[in-house]
Amino acid sequence: MATRSDIAASPVKGGAAPGRTPGSHSTDKEGRRRARLSRRWQRDARWSPYAFVAPFFLLFAAFGLFPLIYTGWASLHQVELTAPTDMNWVGLKNYTRIFDDDFFWNAAQNTLTIGIISTVPQLMIAMGIAHILNYKLRASTFWRVAMLAPYATSIAAATLVFVLLFGRDYGMINWALGAVGIDPIGWQDDKWPGQIAVSTIIIWRWTGYNALIYLAAMQAIPQDLYESAALDGASRWRQFLHVTLPSLRPTILFTVVVSTIGASQVFGEPLLFDPNKGASGGAEHQFQTLGLYLYEQGWINQHLGRASAIAWTMFAILIVIGLINQLISRRLRASS
Amino acid sequence: MTTTVTPPETPIVKEQKRSRLPKSARAGGTLHGGPLAYAILAVFMIVSLFPLVWTAIAASRDNQRLAETPPPFWFGSNLFKNLEIAWNDANLGEAFLNTTIVAGTSAVTIVVLSTIAGFAFAKLRFKGRNALMLVVIGTMMIPPQLSIIPLYMMVAKLDWTDQLQAVIFPSLVSAFGVFFMRQYLLQALPDEVIEAARVDGASSWRVVWHVVFPAARPAMAVLGMLMFVQAWNDFLWPFLVLTQTGNPTVQVAVAGLGRGYTPDQSLIMAGALLGTLPLLLVFAIFGKQIVGGIMQGAVKG
Repeated sequence: MATRSDIAASPVKGGAAPGRTPGSHSTDKEGRRRARLSRRWQRDARWSPYAFVAPFFLLFAAFGLFPLIYTGWASLHQVELTAPTDMNWVGLKNYTRIFDDDFFWNAAQNTLTIGIISTVPQLMIAMGIAHILNYKLRASTFWRVAMLAPYATSIAAATLVFVLLFGRDYGMINWALGAVGIDPIGWQDDKWPGQIAVSTIIIWRWTGYNALIYLAAMQAIPQDLYESAALDGASRWRQFLHVTLPSLRPTILFTVVVSTIGASQVFGEPLLFDPNKGASGGAEHQFQTLGLYLYEQGWINQHLGRASAIAWTMFAILIVIGLINQLISRRLRASS
Repeated sequence: MTTTVTPPETPIVKEQKRSRLPKSARAGGTLHGGPLAYAILAVFMIVSLFPLVWTAIAASRDNQRLAETPPPFWFGSNLFKNLEIAWNDANLGEAFLNTTIVAGTSAVTIVVLSTIAGFAFAKLRFKGRNALMLVVIGTMMIPPQLSIIPLYMMVAKLDWTDQLQAVIFPSLVSAFGVFFMRQYLLQALPDEVIEAARVDGASSWRVVWHVVFPAARPAMAVLGMLMFVQAWNDFLWPFLVLTQTGNPTVQVAVAGLGRGYTPDQSLIMAGALLGTLPLLLVFAIFGKQIVGGIMQGAVKG
């Protein structure tokens, strides 16, 4: 573990010492050496990098990029699940249909609120835990592994367990609340409890993982910064505010972006949280997310074209998030 | 006194200077955690582990007991009976085999392709390298869920519903994997070693085989485990193209238990437990490596 910090700060980063790798200008001796190499060797050095990266790009093009673009094409057609290869041009009708649908806006709103309820506490707790893990601790590996256990648990398994824990009549959480005098909460029936419950599953699964990411970044902060802050008389809390947090800004931004993307795709938790309602995300769609709405339109109502329009709308939202991210990180870089 | 707690990489001279500093200067990994730190960690760990322990408790009871208050806090006697019924009802034997095939193929392919591509990005010079690396990083930001509709059309056209290749093919690449291996090879593989192999007349493929793969082995193992976990737990796509009765993965089978018409909660918990145990076992054995891998992949995200 202790070597992590120098890995991050390693001067070797940035790669090749100039002049050593083929294809760049270098000393006479090296030039002569290269002259000895056969033509075949040069061809190899020139083209093999492309051969090495090609499998990734080919597979990505086939199963990532092409489907993504084709989704846009499909969103301009009427396509039914029963005959997925028959496509009839309908222009922007799929988009107008979903934008006219109250359930779309409901799902968009739910995705946003579940995203906030799940991401903000998650990252704040993760930051606190990472700060504690950054102390010298006994059995530090044990703590780190133990809190990764939720990450090893699948969405399906985790949700099924939480459905029981959040049960209205016999669930442990309502029982515990009852012990302190709070009436049973209909976690599956009401809007905010439902969204909080769904968010709890997400928080439970991801907090430990994010704590490790923050911990890695904290270990890369140079010790000198803390020393000089302490010499200036900064308390530990002020050191956290004025040294740790600013140094973690890029990492925080990274986790916010990743969590936001994850939150925009939430699907399994609300699907399984009310097993009887499934795709509608609760009886009144109270925790139906965009991902679930896409599934409902495409696979329950069997309109793949409309589902494609939803997917592209989500894609557009992600692009906006990406641009905002760019803007913020540019500001961050400029200010530091 | 305090000198004993320095991390090994800190130069000794610096440490002597530091011991004269006020106590609050020794933050960031050199200060011992107090009782409060352990207490908070203990609470966090209980919250992390409790749902899993309780899964086992619920799986060891019966459906009636789970419909009473207060909920059970200790194990009952039905655990093995429930595990057996869940195993048979959910077709878990086949599901385990299927998931192992899918996750294994996906993990091995991703590791090999990512290592080769990561090596090229880390150590080779070629036109367009930086632009292509930006593309890789950009694709990390696109969630695969947005591509499912055309993929589903492809699967329908090829008649691959309920067949494992429908799940395997879209899971063969990972931009994260390329990025991860690049980061590792940048610092783990000295240029001199590559250069020496080159001077000996080794072709690029021989360099990959005899130099890169041996050097990358620790990171390959970690990436393999991370990708195995991801493929094992993948839900949406397998759920769309595989059915419970056809050729399910573990997640499809477990989710199917919960969606039955007369759900027996203790059986559902038994199924969830069975579906989770293999990965918990992997984490118990290789936890240290996985933690290290996640932290290493995180720096410079």
